[in-house]
Amino acid sequence: MEKMIGAKALMTAMEKEGVKQVFGLPGGANLPMYDEFARCDIRHILARHEQSASHMADGFGRVSRKPGVCFATSGPGATNILTGIATAQADSSPMIAVTGQVPVNMIGKDAFQESDIIGMTNPVVKYAYQPRNASEIPEVVRKGFYIAETGRPGPVLIDIPKDVQQNEAEMVFPDEFKIQGYHPWTDPDIVAVEKAIDMLLHAQKPIILAGGGTIISSAFAELQSIAETLMLPVVTTFKGKGAFPETHPLSLGPIGMHGRAEANKMMTEADCVLAIGTRFSDRSVGTFETFEKDLKIIHMDVDPAEIGKNQTAQLAVIGDVRVNLRIMVKLLLQKAIKKTEETPWVKHVKETRAYWKENLKLHPGEMGAAKILRKLRELLPKESIVTTEVGQHQMWASLFYDVIQPGTFFSSTGLGTMGWGFPAAIGAKVARPDVPVVDIAGDGSFAMTENSLATAVLEDIPVIVFVLNNSILGMVAQWQRTFYDRRMIGVQQQSNPDYVKLAESYGAQGLRAQSMDELDKAIKTALSSDVATVIDIPIDPEEDVLPFVAPGTSLKDMILPS
Amino acid sequence: MWAILSLLVENKPGILFKVTHLFRARNFNIDSISVGVTDNPDYSRMTITTIGDEKQVEQIVKQLDKMIDTVEVKHLDEHKSVYRELSLFKIKLSNANDSMEVNKLANAYGGKVHNVKKDSMMVELTATPDQTGAFEELAKPFGIIDVARTGVAALQRSES
Repeated sequence: MEKMIGAKALMTAMEKEGVKQVFGLPGGANLPMYDEFARCDIRHILARHEQSASHMADGFGRVSRKPGVCFATSGPGATNILTGIATAQADSSPMIAVTGQVPVNMIGKDAFQESDIIGMTNPVVKYAYQPRNASEIPEVVRKGFYIAETGRPGPVLIDIPKDVQQNEAEMVFPDEFKIQGYHPWTDPDIVAVEKAIDMLLHAQKPIILAGGGTIISSAFAELQSIAETLMLPVVTTFKGKGAFPETHPLSLGPIGMHGRAEANKMMTEADCVLAIGTRFSDRSVGTFETFEKDLKIIHMDVDPAEIGKNQTAQLAVIGDVRVNLRIMVKLLLQKAIKKTEETPWVKHVKETRAYWKENLKLHPGEMGAAKILRKLRELLPKESIVTTEVGQHQMWASLFYDVIQPGTFFSSTGLGTMGWGFPAAIGAKVARPDVPVVDIAGDGSFAMTENSLATAVLEDIPVIVFVLNNSILGMVAQWQRTFYDRRMIGVQQQSNPDYVKLAESYGAQGLRAQSMDELDKAIKTALSSDVATVIDIPIDPEEDVLPFVAPGTSLKDMILPS
Repeated sequence: MWAILSLLVENKPGILFKVTHLFRARNFNIDSISVGVTDNPDYSRMTITTIGDEKQVEQIVKQLDKMIDTVEVKHLDEHKSVYRELSLFKIKLSNANDSMEVNKLANAYGGKVHNVKKDSMMVELTATPDQTGAFEELAKPFGIIDVARTGVAALQRSES
């Protein structure tokens, strides 16, 4: 037992959790916590908006698989991280958000910078704590980290009134603790896995659908082993993009609204799917008429509530998907099951894949999205981490940027938060300073958090922002062209700043690429620089993302380039 | 279908808010809700009745179970449970016979009579929601001034 103030207990408890840095912004109600940075080894990384701080923590968490931590003050500081928390929740990302709160005796009095952040965040947190006594803090932090990173990961909010930060108490830092109503599934379900193998062996046209859960649990080796042993083609959701090397002969890439043609086609023809860590979101499957009527679904998920939520499964395999896939690998080995002969289905899949790789019509110009993203892929080392913003560039990345090393592609796929990619890239770079980190961006999204350049420069976090700049809110414009008779309302962004000058004014490097040669040079320059770099790439505002499955329709009804 | 859910939750501030918020956010509906502390003051028992098809009810149970503050969530079989709600009816008395008639009606449903005045009286009823509804229908002709219902409380019957 040791006597200390609440704020010090917070920092001490976080150090015990292995926290090396906090992304945040100070304010009146969290000053006692900030003062503790002077007396501990945790690094503070100053964001320029609390929302960016939360996305940085999110990016850090997805890459390191340890909760990223963000700090914000009370009131507007807290409400500013709401979007970041919701983003983390929608994509099951481990995060600890620590907010300052007005003193306990002021709560409910509409005090200056008071907001009921516990109430506001309730539907988008995995859990929330508001310690009312300083002595509660060590256990709250311990439990908060445990909840955030186990089972299906998610954000945990810790809202600490200012007086609780300042009060002194005898602190006990517990190793053991109990959370009665929380039991993340950890055991394998061997019986279900055996049934799953049986179903896959009896299917004529089996396929694997790998979702985000595959990446969260890093089940890459297991997935690849099963796909190769049973010769199963692999499609992914967008969140699951890169769970499986997209250059692998069995890989078809992401399905969905802007899925790859070959992936959507094969998904709709399959008769049995091994669905791993996916919620069958509307963006992935369109309507549920997408699937063959007699499609058999094996649904693996760590969250029992996902089974049957959006799609009824014939077989549920509940638990950590890596644990269950590992059992599957073991059983296949034990039973000496290995397919060596290419079935007509696999042959058909490979032909379809080859056809669309050759025949998907691309933008004819020199600076078409596919050419740009393939150039980026060609020049980036395979271990590089890519984040994206939200919009056309994101879907082009899905279509044309092949992930080679699993678990190196991250995007706001659930909530679809514009402005996420750049701060998330900063968080990712902090987690993996040894690899290049690139945010594939559009001008619309970049505008939302571009002031994170200040963080990247001041804190020496050299990420690359790759802006596909069409001076328009491209995805909205595409919908307006497609569904609203070309009435382009509220999308024009010709008043964008000059991104080269903007970058330079922050002390970052700004480059522009108007030809493939310039792009080649710019990417090489950015990769060899030790300063944050913005590459501005002007593109055609009329280019659509295709294929396109209109919302609420089946993957069978893809709109293809004409 | 009408379903009775029984939740054992930690007796902490804000849990009722979280449970009701979950129903709203997930587009489920609450037909009735009752909450009270259990013999162990660390826990409260919530009884929620809801309406939805089988899939929805299953989803509600799973989502409630996922909540960290719920210790136990059960979908009770109404045939294997005792479930009752308390209601108070303030009923209008228009003529001399009404008082006797309402009294008779209350007796037939095992109700108690309170606060008998010249032009109104109150009936306390402990019954299933169906029985309460039936009583309400029969009381309507007299004129119902006000109703307060507690929502259902339920416990599973012991086996054998």
